Amino acid sequence: MNLTTILSQKANANDLADSFIGRKIKDRVFLGVVILFSLLTISMVLLIIGTLVFKGHHQINWAFFTQTAPNTFDAMMAKSSGQLIPGGIVNGITGSLYLVLIASIIAIPFGVLIGIYVYENQQSKYASFLRDTADVLQGVPSIVIGLIAYLWVVVHVTHGYSVLAGSVALAIMMLPLIMRSTEESLKMIPDTLKEAAMALGTPYYKVIWRVLIPTSFSGLMTGILLAISRILGETAPLMLTTLGNPEITWNITKPISAVPLLIWQFYNDPNMVDLIWSSTLFLMGFVLILNLLSKWIAAKRKI
Amino acid sequence: MVRGSMLSIHQFGWKFLISSEWNPTQGDEHYGALLFIVGTLMTSVLALVIAIPLAFSTSLFVAEYFKGTRVASIVSTMVDLLAGIPSIIFGLWGFYILRPFIVSMGLSPQGYGIFTSGLILAIMIIPYATSLSNTTISMVSNELKEAAYSLGATRLEVIWNVILPNARSGITASYILAFGRALGETLAVTMLIGNSNIMPTGIFSTGNTMSSVIANQFGEASGLQLSALVEIGLLLFVITTIINAIGKFIIKKFA
Repeated sequence: MNLTTILSQKANANDLADSFIGRKIKDRVFLGVVILFSLLTISMVLLIIGTLVFKGHHQINWAFFTQTAPNTFDAMMAKSSGQLIPGGIVNGITGSLYLVLIASIIAIPFGVLIGIYVYENQQSKYASFLRDTADVLQGVPSIVIGLIAYLWVVVHVTHGYSVLAGSVALAIMMLPLIMRSTEESLKMIPDTLKEAAMALGTPYYKVIWRVLIPTSFSGLMTGILLAISRILGETAPLMLTTLGNPEITWNITKPISAVPLLIWQFYNDPNMVDLIWSSTLFLMGFVLILNLLSKWIAAKRKI
Repeated sequence: MVRGSMLSIHQFGWKFLISSEWNPTQGDEHYGALLFIVGTLMTSVLALVIAIPLAFSTSLFVAEYFKGTRVASIVSTMVDLLAGIPSIIFGLWGFYILRPFIVSMGLSPQGYGIFTSGLILAIMIIPYATSLSNTTISMVSNELKEAAYSLGATRLEVIWNVILPNARSGITASYILAFGRALGETLAVTMLIGNSNIMPTGIFSTGNTMSSVIANQFGEASGLQLSALVEIGLLLFVITTIINAIGKFIIKKFA
């Protein structure tokens, strides 16, 4: 072997080693970047939740849950004398619950029934049309849904801002979520179960009512809870439909307040700053608990 | 909605889309949506640009590097929590924490603007961008990956040459759907963009988006202005629906 071949072989080996180390290094660096960016994402969540807990906890007291929102003058007086702002957000809490209740009454039966229909008629054109409509509806920005509810209900039905308009907006947002989750959880039921019931001569409506719904019940609950947790924090559509109300009201043709609407009011009023954080903490706690509850039900079902 | 915006459609026709004038003064009313369309696109594109590296890393973290471990499930639960936080909370957090931070960095005198809103939007859309890409990345078959490893590929090379080409459509679709989300976000943006009816000059300039102008002016609007706002809503509806349809189409085509 002459010298040149040996040298060139050696050079090749060197190249190989270099590039192998280079590839290794690139690999490591990439892993580092992935971990760094993932941690950055996580730290955002912790930072947001941490800020709310840190700033919000000292206004959470008994009055917070039992009194209506203070007017700006009282808040200013309390603030200038260094006290806690009097009053609470009970008008918002009752308002939110009332809105969600009525929205659920509208959306749950429709959502579940349409979900069952779509599941039972997988192939039909109408079912796939419904499915596409639900997809479109799910992608519509919430403020546009607020506009729609305004044009339909506020202008033509109640002739003014109202609970009904807000509930309709929220129901429109819940509908596709409930429908899809109903369909998905029905799909998880083994066909044999349904066929067994059919073989016993059970009428179709009874199969749905006594077999399909009970077996997929926890799936339905998960979907409903998730949908509720999604709409609880919605503000934009409510700004266009329910406006807000300093009093507690149960009349569905009157304006009503809601926790997110109150937060928006507090945000626009420099005297109320301290109340923002506690209401936000409350809202987020409520939403996240519902969220985790639904995940927990879903996880329990899998076992 | 079409009926509600008729008044404005009749008045301005196609000029509504290309006019950048928004003047609600009585007697001299003139409305054009161009400002808001530009504002919406700028914030959403910026949000997507910021969100993609974060979302992609998180997806790889959960669905590839630490797949099936406790850490991964903690990370994915956290990201899911992010999806559950209401928009108004992001807005407040952006207003009280992020905005002062941007002011102290000297990026913008008031801290409002396209950049701030884009940043908060980016955080908001991360969960939407990750959820679908997580599933597609973890669905890439193990045999393909093992084949590449047995040829001596490093992990990065496997990700780049095996996972990405296989999961590409799902990942693209999830980013498109996340973009659709960003277009329609209202409150967080309204609180941070500065709400000035000027043509944005750069990413640190203030502006207004389609959703924020509706949220801001709806309360006082009536007549022609109301109709113009409804038309903006209609436009927003059409744009987001098209974007979502593209996303869904990609999913269907490659699923």
